[in-house]
Amino acid sequence: MAAGGTTSDGPPLISARGLHKSYKLGEQAVRALQDVSFDICAGEYVAIMGPSGSGKSTVMNLIGALDQPTAGELRIAGRDIAQLPSDALAEFRNRTIGFVFQQFNLLPRTTALRQVMLPLMYAKPRPAKPEEMARVRLEELGLGDRLDHRPQQLSGGQQQRVAIARALVNDPQLLLADEPTGALDSKTSDAIMQVFADLNRQGITIVLVTHEADVARHARRRILFRDGRVVEDVPQVPHEHVGAFPAFAEARP
Amino acid sequence: MTVLDFIEIAGRAIVTNALRSALTTLGIVIGVASVIVMGAVGAGARSEVDRQISNLGTHVLVVNPSARQYGGRSSGAGTNLPLSEDDLAAIETKVPGVAAISGQLWASATVVRGKANTWTRIWGVHEPYLELRNWSLESGRPFTAEDNAVGRRVALMGQSVVKVLFGDTDPVGQTFRARNMPFTVIGVLSAKGRSLSGDDHDDSILVPMSTARKYLIGWRQVINNQVGQISVKFEDDADLAEMQGEVEQVLRESRRVPPGDDDTFNVGNLTEAIKARTAAQATLSWLLGATAAISLIVGGIGIMNIMLVSVTERTREIGLRKALGARGSDIAAQFLIEAVTLCMLGGLAGVVVGIGAAYLTATFAEWPIVIAPEMALLALAAAAGTGVLFGFLPARRASQLNPIDALRSE
Repeated sequence: MAAGGTTSDGPPLISARGLHKSYKLGEQAVRALQDVSFDICAGEYVAIMGPSGSGKSTVMNLIGALDQPTAGELRIAGRDIAQLPSDALAEFRNRTIGFVFQQFNLLPRTTALRQVMLPLMYAKPRPAKPEEMARVRLEELGLGDRLDHRPQQLSGGQQQRVAIARALVNDPQLLLADEPTGALDSKTSDAIMQVFADLNRQGITIVLVTHEADVARHARRRILFRDGRVVEDVPQVPHEHVGAFPAFAEARP
Repeated sequence: MTVLDFIEIAGRAIVTNALRSALTTLGIVIGVASVIVMGAVGAGARSEVDRQISNLGTHVLVVNPSARQYGGRSSGAGTNLPLSEDDLAAIETKVPGVAAISGQLWASATVVRGKANTWTRIWGVHEPYLELRNWSLESGRPFTAEDNAVGRRVALMGQSVVKVLFGDTDPVGQTFRARNMPFTVIGVLSAKGRSLSGDDHDDSILVPMSTARKYLIGWRQVINNQVGQISVKFEDDADLAEMQGEVEQVLRESRRVPPGDDDTFNVGNLTEAIKARTAAQATLSWLLGATAAISLIVGGIGIMNIMLVSVTERTREIGLRKALGARGSDIAAQFLIEAVTLCMLGGLAGVVVGIGAAYLTATFAEWPIVIAPEMALLALAAAAGTGVLFGFLPARRASQLNPIDALRSE
């Protein structure tokens, strides 16, 4: 099970070796992951695919440091996830990982600016100008005129862009997206995928979890899961778009 | 996250569910209001006791004739030997530590000046009486020994009587009539207010003891030199209980009570009597205290209940916050501070309601109240404490939520 399709040199950002994860579902023990190994290097754009129950969500939770493996070793940015206590995991998520969720997971009745400030509020030490940092991120994502809008005043695509701004505000090393277009129409989905492509071009590592082949096409590498195992791990030529947010592309040369 | 951030988050959550929050805090509102009323009534009772005691004079023993007689009520007129100047002199000379001593012989009479008249109580007293009762003069002069020796018809007048007879004019040097005889006002007493039983201290006139004997109580006079009650004020360092024994001993001798017989007098400690009378208020104060405690507990359980609901409702939010880097302690602090904020808001409302209720009590029950700022602070602290106590469990539950399960919940 060699790691394939790496696109950059240096030590891998994520290194999974013989990962096992099992949990109890009622009386039954479910083996969600069995002996999973892969490397993901900095700057990669990886799509993790598979049908439901394949273990792709489990592996995403592990990479996101939301969960810890039952056995095996998982190193992300030099930290052994299995060994970290819960406060260190929280700090790790805060600094190293940006999450983008299918349902956007914005706080209700909270302005876009405050949504994006949230990770900064939990950061230790707290940055000096969280509001400024959040505003810049939102402007980069074309939401400069939506700073004071609440989720219910924003379209699905705008909400997801707020979520992406929130994921990026702490300058994470890894952007972890779980079905980021699952709740969007196809046109909006394309625009969001374009944002990811632009971000990746700027050097941000992206791991995309999806069951849609259309979405996975945008990545440069595909890892396919089935029954808790990696069954395919191949590089691919990404499907490209014309830049949908030129302002964003210009802002971060 | 700073405490201020958490308070802001709490404020948003509370405003979002404004009605629910208001209903939830009702128990806290009632609890804190009870604490405030309890404190106000309790402090009012205490300050009233203090005022009464200082009105009557501190460190004062009161001697009445007959063992079963108190405050002028007698259990068989004429059967008891009245107290006399001899008894008074015996106490003054034989009991150590007497600071002031005076008899009090009273008569009710209609006092008249021109067309104005009022029915009032006239007291025959010795010169030390004013010192004994901590009563000062607003104008004029006190009695002299000569006034008493000669039996001059001179009077010190309480303010309520002055108001009726003289209105706004200065009464000093003016005359009024009582029992068809002219009396000259030589001084006006300072205002003293009401006693606990509602008697107006200022609705009274003082005259020298011998004047009262001569002109006012002739028909009640049993012996030549009777003095009514005797009040004895002791030095500050005197032990009143010990002095009571001394006075009883001296009086048994001066009144020639055979050994073994019951006393023909009663030595009372007015301070004790007043304290007993205000015990009812103290009891009510404790009842309110119990109400406060129960309300705070019930209110706290209400808060806990709604916070548990809130944790369940906001499971997804908790998961998200954890994914974004919130530690368990951040989540716990958020919910704990929300519970405390809720309680403090209830507490503030309770303080307002409590002060209103205390004033209503003062108005309708005619009880003295004292609203101390410390009491409001104490009540708020109790509310905050309730928030911490009952917010702890929901906060802990929230902090222990697994971020994955929390994120998945719908």
